[in-house]
Amino acid sequence: MTRIVLQSADIGRALTRISHEILESNKGPDGLVLLGIPTRGATLARRIGALLSGIAGAAVPVGSLDVTMHRDDLHRNPTRAPQPTEIPAEGIDGRVVVLVDDVLFSGRSIRAALDALQDLGRPAAVRLAVLVDRGHRELPIRPDFVGKNLPSSREERVNVRLSEVDGGEDEVTIA
Amino acid sequence: MTTRILGATLPDGTTADLAIDRGVFVDPAEAGSARRTIDAAGLLALPGLVDLHTHLREPGFEQSETVLTGTRAAAAGGYTAVFAMANTQPVQDTAGVVEQVQALGLRAGYATVRPIGAVTVGLRGERLAEIGAMAASRAAVTVFSDDGMCVHDPLLMRRALEYVKTFDGVVAQHAQDPRLTVDAQMNEGEVSARLGLAGWPAVAEESIIARDVLLAEHVGARLHVCHVSTAGAVEVIRWAKARGIRVTAEATPHHLLLTEDLVVGYDSRFKVNPPLRTAEDVSALRAGLADGTIDIVATDHAPHPAEAKECAWGEAANGMVGLESALSVVHAAMVETGLLGWADVARVMSRTPARIGGLRGYGRAFAVGAPAQLALYDPAAAAEFSLDSLHGRSTNSPYLGRTLPGRVRHVFHDGVPTVADGGLRPADEVAAARQEVVA
Amino acid sequence: MRHLLSTADLGRDQALTILDTAEDMASVSGREVKKLPTLRGRTVVNLFFEDSTRTRISFEVAAKRLSADVINFSAKGSSVSKGESLKDTAQTLQAMGADGVVIRHPASGAPHTLAHAGWIDAGVVNAGDGTHEHPTQALLDAFTIRRRLHGAAGRGRDLDGVSVTIVGDILHSRVARSNVWLLHLLGARVRLVAPATLLPVGIGDWPVEAGYDLDAAVAEGPDVLMMLRVQAERMHDAFFPGEREYSREWGLTDERLARLPATTMVMHPGPMNRGLEISAAAADSPASTVLDQVANGVSVRMSALYHLLAGEE
Repeated sequence: MTRIVLQSADIGRALTRISHEILESNKGPDGLVLLGIPTRGATLARRIGALLSGIAGAAVPVGSLDVTMHRDDLHRNPTRAPQPTEIPAEGIDGRVVVLVDDVLFSGRSIRAALDALQDLGRPAAVRLAVLVDRGHRELPIRPDFVGKNLPSSREERVNVRLSEVDGGEDEVTIA
Repeated sequence: MTTRILGATLPDGTTADLAIDRGVFVDPAEAGSARRTIDAAGLLALPGLVDLHTHLREPGFEQSETVLTGTRAAAAGGYTAVFAMANTQPVQDTAGVVEQVQALGLRAGYATVRPIGAVTVGLRGERLAEIGAMAASRAAVTVFSDDGMCVHDPLLMRRALEYVKTFDGVVAQHAQDPRLTVDAQMNEGEVSARLGLAGWPAVAEESIIARDVLLAEHVGARLHVCHVSTAGAVEVIRWAKARGIRVTAEATPHHLLLTEDLVVGYDSRFKVNPPLRTAEDVSALRAGLADGTIDIVATDHAPHPAEAKECAWGEAANGMVGLESALSVVHAAMVETGLLGWADVARVMSRTPARIGGLRGYGRAFAVGAPAQLALYDPAAAAEFSLDSLHGRSTNSPYLGRTLPGRVRHVFHDGVPTVADGGLRPADEVAAARQEVVA
Repeated sequence: MRHLLSTADLGRDQALTILDTAEDMASVSGREVKKLPTLRGRTVVNLFFEDSTRTRISFEVAAKRLSADVINFSAKGSSVSKGESLKDTAQTLQAMGADGVVIRHPASGAPHTLAHAGWIDAGVVNAGDGTHEHPTQALLDAFTIRRRLHGAAGRGRDLDGVSVTIVGDILHSRVARSNVWLLHLLGARVRLVAPATLLPVGIGDWPVEAGYDLDAAVAEGPDVLMMLRVQAERMHDAFFPGEREYSREWGLTDERLARLPATTMVMHPGPMNRGLEISAAAADSPASTVLDQVANGVSVRMSALYHLLAGEE
């Protein structure tokens, strides 16, 4: 039984709200760097980056951070080809890095992302923005900016579709 | 005390009863009461097979094979006589060593063992071994070969051909130009180019055969060519025979069935010298055997211990065991393809090798009064060739896991059953029965 | 991918994936912390039956940058008897719990035997076997060509239409064999140039053009000119009369370098015989990718180790 939990317009509103919250908590766009976790986190980061520019009138650097090489469950799954990591030219030292992902679940991807960041430099702070928080954390990690809290059972699958990656309309479903 | 064999199919396709008493064939109509009767309906009666090219490895390499284990393998394959190659340690280059090997064969009792004498001392290709002494010994050596090594020096080869003539012997040449095959690992061609293995070109075999047939012609001697493996070599021998040169030639079962493509997996069971060749070579060998250019099939049974094969291809020993599988492989390669009938098989695997080797008793099959050398073969059987099919000390067979046609059911060597109902008889029973016959 | 034994075993997508991942690995090599935790707890054995300090070090650096434990096992010169050594060594490594074995062996096919004889569960990387193959060298060559042509935008791209001329001892070259299969797979046009004695018999079915004339090949202005090392023993075995004649006919001399288009890459798997197959000026010219090849070697080997060893067992 597949159920739509966010439609295209809902996703747009959620991202706009997240953008405002980021600016509010950072007191403006200065020093911000958005790093999306591929594949859909990177797409969301680009969207939020565009929204931030529109709201604040200044470009916010956007990049991507692949965490495949830092995962702790590599041995349990077939080998995956990593996706590119693109760090903006400004770097991350002394900046406020906002990690962006589509779904927050166990928290292990974020742990891997924090490890990956550590090898790249020393941010002033790291924040976490997610479109959906579905619970069931296995690590002490919590998001700073959430599009939607979605109570779910462990067995359910949350599926995020974004037009840039998947074609068609944006939507979030649970099954 | 007679063994009666009822309704066997003879090589010519007719059906007959046979009887064996005190080591020889007797007329079944006149034979006494039977101690034992074999229902041979559907079984093919072949004269006991003769292998002109066996490596028994004793003395010196008993971890690979002994005269006893090698002749057990021979019996299991339907053989009643084998010619034991000279590359033992010490080399069979003196009367003493060849007599020892022959005596070991007599004691084992599974097959007649005729030692082959070395052509040169220590197979070193430098000076002639004591060919006369070996010929005059109790082993009565008639075939001389440095097999494993080529008698490469043309002058020495000329002398050997001439000198052996004195004793009515024959030189069996391992045709391989050593300079053209330095470090050679497999047939030179498309597969060796891909695998990066040093090539063993066909010309290294063909050039030596061409030289040797001309030498044999010049000095009026007999020449036997071991393990012919290339289409070009078949052509050279065909030309030589047409010219009246006294040359005979053998092909191995593996060169009649297997091709170089098998090397692709670097499985060292397929490493052999001369190497497996192309499908075109296999076809030419089959055609040559069918038209008589190639006279006989000889196994080149070459046992090696596991450690000599469980290593990188380049470090692995050359050679395959072949006695147990030879008849089935010839069946698959030559009979099932319609190239040879069973009478031809009897000729190329028994009568002609016996003639080339000067071994008496194989001229007329199953003649009353002749020593009873007999193999009863079930051509309708087919089974996967497995470790259970091997009876020698080594297991380096290229056929393991392959389904081969036919099965040897019974073998009599000098009237003594060595294989009964498909099973090899125990060594003590064979030795005891043999004593009885000799007495 | 369980083993990396031959580039002939690779599919196009597999090869591109290895090259693309190597791009990621290259970016790791460019930063301050040149290390990833990816293979933490995994053991990689460098099993070298033949001396090759540069290849061994390249694999060692690659494995260490992925946080693997690295054991260097030099079997050359040890007293292990010939023949038994590979099996015995393999069983030892199995008992030690090796996850990956990087093997260099003088016998063609030894890595294949190690991978398939059932002695060992580890993934096997062929680091050069006899005169057979050296797949990671070909991968790093392809990676180097792609980077020179497309820079960082090369990701996902093959070598369609790139002309590569390989010059020298094709007969004994594992580098040439691996490159022929891989470059062809990636869409390059490969030409071989060598004296006839150093071209293998039986290359009629190879996807290459083969010839003897280096000047003709230079005149065509290939995108890549790959010079192979000449081994001293080839001279002694009379594959050609001597250094002077080889250099004159098949060496990349200053004159030939001058006739090449400025865009032609000059590659060499190293170590070079300066003055024999390649002039000093050619080796040090801007066209030369020799040092890029060394640096890229680490990235490509990291990628190969990742794809072999990171996934589920």
